[in-house]
Amino acid sequence: MVGRFASWAYLGIALLFIFLPVLVLIQFSFQGGMAPVPPFDGPSLRWWAKVMANRKITDGLWNSLLVGLGSAFMATVLGFLAAYAMARKRRRLSGLYQFLLMAPITVSYLIIGMGLQIFFNHLGIGKSLWVIGIGHVVINLPLTFAILYSQLGEHQANIERAAYDLGASDARVVLEITVPMLWPSLLAAFFIAATLSWDEFVIAFLLSRFDVTLPVVIWSMLRSGLSPELNAAGTLVFGISILAVALVELLLWRARRNRA
Amino acid sequence: MKTLSLKSWGHLPALAWTAAFFVLPLIAMLLMSLSERIEGRITLTWTFANYQAFLTKAEGTFVGALINSVEVTLLTTVLSVLVAYPLAYILAYRIPRQWQRLVLVLTVLPFWTSYVIRSYSWLLVLSENGIINQSLLELGLLSEPVGMGNSRFATVLGFVHFFAMLLTLTIYANLVQIKESYRKAAADLGANSLQTFWHVTLPLSLPGVAVGAFLTFVLAIGDYITPQILGGSKELLLPQAVMLQLGRQADFPLASALSMVLMLVVTAAFLLSARHLKMGRV
Repeated sequence: MVGRFASWAYLGIALLFIFLPVLVLIQFSFQGGMAPVPPFDGPSLRWWAKVMANRKITDGLWNSLLVGLGSAFMATVLGFLAAYAMARKRRRLSGLYQFLLMAPITVSYLIIGMGLQIFFNHLGIGKSLWVIGIGHVVINLPLTFAILYSQLGEHQANIERAAYDLGASDARVVLEITVPMLWPSLLAAFFIAATLSWDEFVIAFLLSRFDVTLPVVIWSMLRSGLSPELNAAGTLVFGISILAVALVELLLWRARRNRA
Repeated sequence: MKTLSLKSWGHLPALAWTAAFFVLPLIAMLLMSLSERIEGRITLTWTFANYQAFLTKAEGTFVGALINSVEVTLLTTVLSVLVAYPLAYILAYRIPRQWQRLVLVLTVLPFWTSYVIRSYSWLLVLSENGIINQSLLELGLLSEPVGMGNSRFATVLGFVHFFAMLLTLTIYANLVQIKESYRKAAADLGANSLQTFWHVTLPLSLPGVAVGAFLTFVLAIGDYITPQILGGSKELLLPQAVMLQLGRQADFPLASALSMVLMLVVTAAFLLSARHLKMGRV
């Protein structure tokens, strides 16, 4: 439909649009002087050194990793159990259950965060990393459930049936057949959930007081204006997200190759 | 033993989690929106005063914020589809099969940067001493810098940047599922490539567009970060109004009522588009 040249031109322009702000961010994290913007007078590592020495940032980094990995683990376990039960047994209320499990996807993070803030406040439970983690499980559970549910089709059911016919118990089939079979998808779901939690701001902002996650630290740094240090911190967060994405892609690629 | 099988109880923990930490908090928020502050204490009085305040208070600031939000979100959704569709089409039909996955992943790589940082990085591009102004000044195309931050333009640009990537993913996923034989059949029946696209490919790819557009609408209308960082506070969007009530005023009842209005808008969008949404396809 579109000419070859037009296609490549469009692809080029779209990629420029998509990558422009990120590339500028990365370049100016290596800025030499005080200005976060052009002219570029680097490269220098002074702002990276400053970021690494900034306790707020390193604390935020660990808090974010902790919340991200913890909530992703919980979301993956709950998502797997639910996907398995829903895929392997029909229920009268299956439609309602699925609707409930998927519902959080249609509600803004801001509203979920605010609801939790009001709810926990009413129960007298203070703000903490735990509470942020609970919120992140809520937003990631629909994703992990949907990813794993889509992987539990007839093909996998047949393999499980073969194991039952050979006399394996329920628990053994799940642990020795289903989980290993789904392993790449389980890891992919885990890392997607971890990445989204790692980057999430508004729930973490509403539910934190003293221990804050990295996006909240960056938000508070942003209030005092742009700076090359902020560029370096942003690049660091981006880099860690990219590592997680690369890992997911590798896992999915291996999963596809094994199936083929 | 049979009753303890995972098949029979596996869904219960996730349902319990969703009920406890999603449904109950929403109910708490609904009750909060029907409460009022009496001498600093929040009391449930089953009042509609907060919803009345939404309609009337501060010369309609809140209604204005809602209208701003809907306008910005609709504009964002339409522009994102227009940017993303050709991109997804090129990825699906112009890039050799074995490279598609790699190119797709690279194309949407910035999708995974955090919201705060993505919005913030646009400031480096748009602000008065950002790279666009600096380049244009150096080239002599501008005599003095033009600030592009703190505007509706910047908010929409930041939104389109993010959601074009999301829509590229959903539309691409749909396009690659359309069997090549359909397009071949159309060509055999004498359709030219434009007719094939218009009568075959486009209609079959609409579910991917619908899912992406719906997600764009939901995520954009509820987002606080992008309008706050890029749009500034010259004109408020609804999430900014909610956060203002929460932060400075600590007016939870009013903030809850505003949030319920926001949810209502999203629900309306869902019901309007439900016919076209087949989440499972993407």
